[in-house]
Amino acid sequence: MTIVGTSGLVLNEKLLFEHSDPGRKGYSLPKLDVPAAELPSDLCREEIDGFPELSEVDVVRHFTRLSTWNYGVDSGFYPLGSCTMKYNPKVNEAVARIPGLAGIHPATPSHLAQGTLELMHRLQVDLAEISGFAKVTLQPAAGAQGELAGMLVIRAWHEARGSKRSKVLIPDTAHGTNPATASLTGYDVVPIASDGVLTLEEVEAHMDDSVAALMVTNPNTLGLFETNIEEICKLVHERGGLVYCDGANLNALMGIARPGDMGIDVMHFNLHKTFSTPHGGGGPGAGPVGVTEELIPYLPGPGVEFDGETYQIETPKTDSVGRMLAFHGNVGVMLRAYAYIRSLGGEGLKHASEMAVLNANYVRARLEGVYDLPYTSRSLHEVIFSDKDLEGGCHTLDVAKRLIDYGYHPPTIYFPLVVKGAIMIEPTETESQEVLDEFCDAMIAIAGEARDNPELLLQAPVRSRVRRLDETTAARKPKLRWQETT
Amino acid sequence: MRYIPHTAGDVTQMLERIGVATLEDLFVEVPESVRLKRPLDIQEPASETELLRELKSLALGNATPETHKSFLGGGAYHHFIPTVIDLLISRSEFYTAYTPYQPEISQGTLQAVFEFQTLICQLTGMDAANASMYDGASACAEAVLMAMRLTRRKKVLLSKALNPRYRGVVATYCRYLNMELVDVAVAADGRTDLEDLAAKLDDSTAVVVAGYPNYFGVIEDVAALAEKSHQHGAKLVTAVAEPIALGLLKSPGELGADIVAGDAQSFGLPLAFGGPYVGFFAVRQKDVRGMPGRLVGETTDLEGQRGFVLTLATREQHIRREKATSNICSNQGLCALMATIFMSLLGKQGLREMAEQNLAKAAYARKQLSGIKGFSLVFDGPAFNEFVVRSEAPVAEVLSRLEAAGILGGIPLGEDYPEMADCFLVCVTEQNQREEIDALVAALQGGAA
Repeated sequence: MTIVGTSGLVLNEKLLFEHSDPGRKGYSLPKLDVPAAELPSDLCREEIDGFPELSEVDVVRHFTRLSTWNYGVDSGFYPLGSCTMKYNPKVNEAVARIPGLAGIHPATPSHLAQGTLELMHRLQVDLAEISGFAKVTLQPAAGAQGELAGMLVIRAWHEARGSKRSKVLIPDTAHGTNPATASLTGYDVVPIASDGVLTLEEVEAHMDDSVAALMVTNPNTLGLFETNIEEICKLVHERGGLVYCDGANLNALMGIARPGDMGIDVMHFNLHKTFSTPHGGGGPGAGPVGVTEELIPYLPGPGVEFDGETYQIETPKTDSVGRMLAFHGNVGVMLRAYAYIRSLGGEGLKHASEMAVLNANYVRARLEGVYDLPYTSRSLHEVIFSDKDLEGGCHTLDVAKRLIDYGYHPPTIYFPLVVKGAIMIEPTETESQEVLDEFCDAMIAIAGEARDNPELLLQAPVRSRVRRLDETTAARKPKLRWQETT
Repeated sequence: MRYIPHTAGDVTQMLERIGVATLEDLFVEVPESVRLKRPLDIQEPASETELLRELKSLALGNATPETHKSFLGGGAYHHFIPTVIDLLISRSEFYTAYTPYQPEISQGTLQAVFEFQTLICQLTGMDAANASMYDGASACAEAVLMAMRLTRRKKVLLSKALNPRYRGVVATYCRYLNMELVDVAVAADGRTDLEDLAAKLDDSTAVVVAGYPNYFGVIEDVAALAEKSHQHGAKLVTAVAEPIALGLLKSPGELGADIVAGDAQSFGLPLAFGGPYVGFFAVRQKDVRGMPGRLVGETTDLEGQRGFVLTLATREQHIRREKATSNICSNQGLCALMATIFMSLLGKQGLREMAEQNLAKAAYARKQLSGIKGFSLVFDGPAFNEFVVRSEAPVAEVLSRLEAAGILGGIPLGEDYPEMADCFLVCVTEQNQREEIDALVAALQGGAA
């Protein structure tokens, strides 16, 4: 078996501040061509205490070294469940850097911003087509902000009808941010249990006239399609509620089924997942929101509208819940998503979803029987195992850490919470059978090591730059910034 | 399809291993009734060449500082971007990584975030900063929510001179949380009116929010705002949309702010029509556990080596669910890295020098503009790199005359401030050469550009 991971020359690197040397300079500004000006001295600070002084080469070497301590999708397989870590096409990066697109100020009058506005409009239209919604707003900066926007829209719709509903139903298979979002919208959260997928009976038992909405994730965080979704939406609507869908897992459904057609009222997209914007070690993302016709007036603004000739930044409607960001959203991320959709076309998107689902099921077939599979219904683009059958006193965390020694980024662990010791694998469509086989061989080898030599897992990782980190002390005695010690 | 490696042979082999006959069979759980029975109505795929040609051609429909002399600011600023930044963030180990959930193989991201947190603390004069927020406006809204949690009060005083888009986002975030938003007037000098503030502050006030510099480019008296707020047990949030100013101005921390929220777009991020930018958020030590967003902390590994981890996650939504301090999850990681690299390169002297250049250029422009017939300066408070101009001729006419001369002259204020329909906001940075400023002056005088 091939072990992808190996250890090579990895260089140490201090913190920026520990390199600093008074008088070093890493920039050059033009000579001032107007008279100098001064502010009243009581407004001005002394020098910025602690700010570094470095040359350009210091900075370049510093960050180049730091980069080598990271694992990215371009380094290798990154099966982080629910995160859709697919390969990010390089042309998307070139697109976002086209000077006319990267350099435009957000307050540029619409008639001088037609290029960007047309692209935003095309993306709005494509996302509406992919999801089956009447309209999409592009503004929210991330999935969680899209959720907030969507739930505000739902609340605004209820308020406009004079309906005073106070609760939101959230299944245990929904995404982690959903309860916090509902609570930010002023709602009380009612958790509901599911057995893999949500049943009509369970929703029916909770659905009364105090419930404003149901928030589902579909496919859910177990990688399962919510098979009863149509009936559930019908029931929620009959009882005066709306259905919110967390679209983080849309990668399984492009060209196959559309949430808007299932009866869902509001959904956010994660452009950085489904539409291949690199995640940047923690953002930026973008979280556009699609809604049905009747919810359009409440959408946060501004959006982009087209009158047949020119594109305009739309002034938010009177009923709009307002704006989510200072400007028009993470436009650089939108450009990447547009480039991705444009590169694949409709058939290509469908093919991507099919291959994502094929890959997840292939991993499932290879690891079933080696790791416990808590849900046996058909998986879509991700598959959940648990550590139930693992031997040698080893747990999910130990498998994850051992995978690092084999050269892989571990899957998502201990999520979703409904599966004890969850191992959530999402291979995505951009991985070949060869990569999946190597990864599965590693997973199988690790299960064997747990049985025969558990210390290998318990001590892992041993080949990474740092070993297991002490997270308990970090939280107990938080040290959140560097400070000079004299 | 160049992003997908499967050959037809692979697909057959894999289906066989799974034990199904066709790809269709993988989707049996998706009911027939919700299946899409037609192809998606999306344009035919474009090759790489076609895509680039198409987008470059669309980009020609945009006006940028490369095609026009630009004096647009108002929360997004055209500044010098060192070449190094894009090259370093293009290291794919940085930009193709996810949130650092596995610290052993994410130390690059984690250390860089720790450095970002430190630099933001130094810049703002605060004790602790988080790993970033979506932008300055949403950071400002989160600051209001945090102040509400800390004080258990519901009244929010927002300066009218705070960026109106920040004010808008605060209103959106507070919409259904039973909070009372009250405007504080602007005084004749362009600063927040301290008398009006005093009249509206009371023991139910959770927070006072003001810009620094404010939307009109005027430098607020933060010490006075803090003193008045604190007298009533209210928190002061200082919103910084133009952090270059902090290269020169006293830090909000030194002046008594409780929370500093702002946007670091000025630190090496392209304008990009409004995003992605990067919000920052800094607080006092005692409030660390109440702050929203991710935090990176220093620790050690099994062998005693220094390392970094995501920490204090118990504040966050995946642990505390509906009781979390915020729902923010993905933030602006790569943008925070850009700002970190920018601050590292500019350092102590560079940021000061850049701030001084901004101040001098704007002061020069103010002086030149104030002498033009038909135009006047509206506020006389101390200003940084932006200022408000009042025009006797209709603003729309003036700005389109400037456009014809290849100049984006400013942002009309009428939409956000109906009482200032005859005003526009002009921003001058170190990127505007003297000739550009002179051209603006000449065009306003009615002369040729």
